[in-house]
Amino acid sequence: MGVEAYMGVAGMLFVLGIVCIISRRNILYVLMGIEMILNAANINFVACNRFGNGGVEGRMFAIFVIILAAAEAAVALAIVLNVFHLFQSVRPSDADMLRD
Amino acid sequence: MNTLTPNDYTLLLSVLLIPLLGYVVQIFVGRSLPRKGDWMLVGSMFVVMCITVYMFFVHAMGHTGSGPFWNESARTPGGPVFRWLYNTSNVPGDQNLIAGLLYDGLAASMLMVVGVVSFLVHLFSSAYMHGDRRYHIFFANISLFTFAMLGLILSDNILFLFVFWELMGFMSYLLIGHFAHDPDSPRITHAAAACKKAFLTTRVGDTCLFFGMAMFYFLLPREYNQLLEQGLIEGERALSSFRFADLWTMGGQIVEANHGDYPMWMTVAGLFTFGGTVGKSAQFPLHIWLPDAMEGPTPVSAMIHAATMVAAGVFLLGRMFPMMSPEVLQVVIAVGAFTALFAATIGCTVNDIKGVLAYSTISQLGFMVAAIGTGGLGLVAGLFHMVTHAFFKACLFLSAGSVIHGCHHEQNMQKMGGLRKKMPLTFLCMLICTLAIAGMPLFSGYYSKDRIIASVIDSTLTQWRGGNVFALVALPLAAMLTTFYMFRLIFLTFFGEPRDHHLHEHAHESPWPMTGALLGLASLGLFGGHFWLAGDPLSINGTWFTNLVEWQNMYVTSRGGSLDLTQMNMVAVGEHAEKTGHIWAIGVSMTVLALGFFAALWIYGLKKLDPARITGKLGLVYEAVRDKYYIDEVVNATVVRGTMGLAKGQTWIDENIVDGTVLGVGRLGRGLGTLCAWIDKHIVDGAVNWLANTTQALGSVVRLLQTGRIQQYISFAVGGALLLAAFHILT
Repeated sequence: MGVEAYMGVAGMLFVLGIVCIISRRNILYVLMGIEMILNAANINFVACNRFGNGGVEGRMFAIFVIILAAAEAAVALAIVLNVFHLFQSVRPSDADMLRD
Repeated sequence: MNTLTPNDYTLLLSVLLIPLLGYVVQIFVGRSLPRKGDWMLVGSMFVVMCITVYMFFVHAMGHTGSGPFWNESARTPGGPVFRWLYNTSNVPGDQNLIAGLLYDGLAASMLMVVGVVSFLVHLFSSAYMHGDRRYHIFFANISLFTFAMLGLILSDNILFLFVFWELMGFMSYLLIGHFAHDPDSPRITHAAAACKKAFLTTRVGDTCLFFGMAMFYFLLPREYNQLLEQGLIEGERALSSFRFADLWTMGGQIVEANHGDYPMWMTVAGLFTFGGTVGKSAQFPLHIWLPDAMEGPTPVSAMIHAATMVAAGVFLLGRMFPMMSPEVLQVVIAVGAFTALFAATIGCTVNDIKGVLAYSTISQLGFMVAAIGTGGLGLVAGLFHMVTHAFFKACLFLSAGSVIHGCHHEQNMQKMGGLRKKMPLTFLCMLICTLAIAGMPLFSGYYSKDRIIASVIDSTLTQWRGGNVFALVALPLAAMLTTFYMFRLIFLTFFGEPRDHHLHEHAHESPWPMTGALLGLASLGLFGGHFWLAGDPLSINGTWFTNLVEWQNMYVTSRGGSLDLTQMNMVAVGEHAEKTGHIWAIGVSMTVLALGFFAALWIYGLKKLDPARITGKLGLVYEAVRDKYYIDEVVNATVVRGTMGLAKGQTWIDENIVDGTVLGVGRLGRGLGTLCAWIDKHIVDGAVNWLANTTQALGSVVRLLQTGRIQQYISFAVGGALLLAAFHILT
């Protein structure tokens, strides 16, 4: 089994994350979609590290991404909380103030 | 004494500067001085008179040397010289504008006349003008006029003569228009019109004089230097000059090199110069201003329009005489003789006492001009007549002023009569001067007038030329008419029954300054001819006055000029011809005197003949003379109307063409502006608006994409990324 299989899994995960972000009606699912995309990237890092030149950079970046995802989740949840305060809604389509 | 010392020149200069200083003081503080400052100017004029008389008797009459009596301060070491625009480098023309004093026989005699007459007129004015609203201004002006006249006489170059000539013209304008500034004067508009007329008419002559002067200045040295290069003249290159001495010297040598002929241009220049005389001395056809000038106060008429300013034209003729070619002199004699006769006829019909004297003045000036035109001793006669005429005509005018003053400003002789007993002194003075102007033997006018007629006879005997013959007929006739109209004036004013009793009862003799001035002038009118004479009391030949010509000749000769410059036109008067002319002249003078006197006595004295019957018989001729030959009407119809028409035409051009052009340019500008505004509004603004509108339209389309929905944006981003990827893969 080569790197293509890992990449195929990562690609599917990425596409699922995108679809989740675009289509879900709850902002929390959108956050989840983002996590999925980040994890897809992680799989790519780890896989490329495994089949690469035997260094540790890929695994290091995967760890960074996990940390980043944790921080992002904290910030994002704070944003979601504020959005809910502002719009009394968790639907992304209601928060359309950017238009103005 | 032969020459003047610098001290004498200082004295002459003070003669010039005292009236000027008097004017300056009077014009600024005259109003606040006691008696409005008249005593100051009368006093200063007394000083001037004393100096001029002293200079005349000590230097001019006392001239005993064999040389000419000829003094130029510019050529006297230490003498006063005015250098104008003068530079010391040796550039040709650098001596153009040296001005100094010239004191020769002509200047000496004229200076004395002006000094004396001016003082007496000032004295007269102090009483005559008493109570006038502009009394102090009057004195200031008449003082400045005296300055100008004295300056003209003493100028040694024609440029300064011209400057003073113009200043006199302007002072004449101010003084004729004296009453034009007095709102209470009944003749305010007449005075305003008269001063304007006098100024403009003399300006015609002045322009001619300026041309003549310029021609002599530019052409004379050119011709001289040309002849010098051809070797026809020996000497140094000549510079342009205005000085009389230089003009004469150059002119004389040119004429000599041409074998006695004057170049054509000198004739033209001479005619132009004579034009100045015609204007200033009121010769036909520019005489029209002088009768109108009588609107001025009577002392002004006496001084300016009888004794001094109008004589300046004759004076100029005497100064420029050597430059006059025989052709010019023929014109001079013709104009002079015609004016003499023409004005005398008008003088017989005028009823205004000053009007008679005005035409008489024109006539007498014609005598002088005609006499100068005969050349030679005629020049002496003309200048001599200028001197004697100044005395007796000033006296006549002042007497008329005294009569007018006594009659409360009535000037019409037909309303006077019988004033003999009311105004004995005035009558006496007027009678003396009437006899003088009529040419009664032993009165001053006799000598000069007799000499004029003798000159005309002599010149006709030697040169049978048109001008001479005409003068031979015209001048005795004019002399007869002179006697007639002067005695008409005497009879109408002083004799007979008073025609206006109210006027007669209130008539009174004038106060002492007026009668004093009258007596002074009358005694000069009586004796003014005598002290020039030596030997034969009936002739002026060989007397001091004839030396004028001799001196001019001697001076020109001494500077290398032609021997015969001033004698060129002189009739070769031999002893025999001289006696003939003189004896004839006595006969003619006595005859015309008797005829004129008895005609006046018959008609106006004894009233044997009603003037109305004569005028009735003469009919249209009388009307023409009475209306001054319609000269004023002709001038009005031609010159004045022409000028007015020209002005109207120019107004039309101005209003229609110039203004039209301006308006057209304005309209064009406005049209262009409208066009520009349209372009700006529709094209420039249109482009800007179109851009804005298009942008807005585009924006409103693009705006539809801007939903604010984050998920949609992400969809676009993903779509875009997919498109890019597809693009990348496919290509």
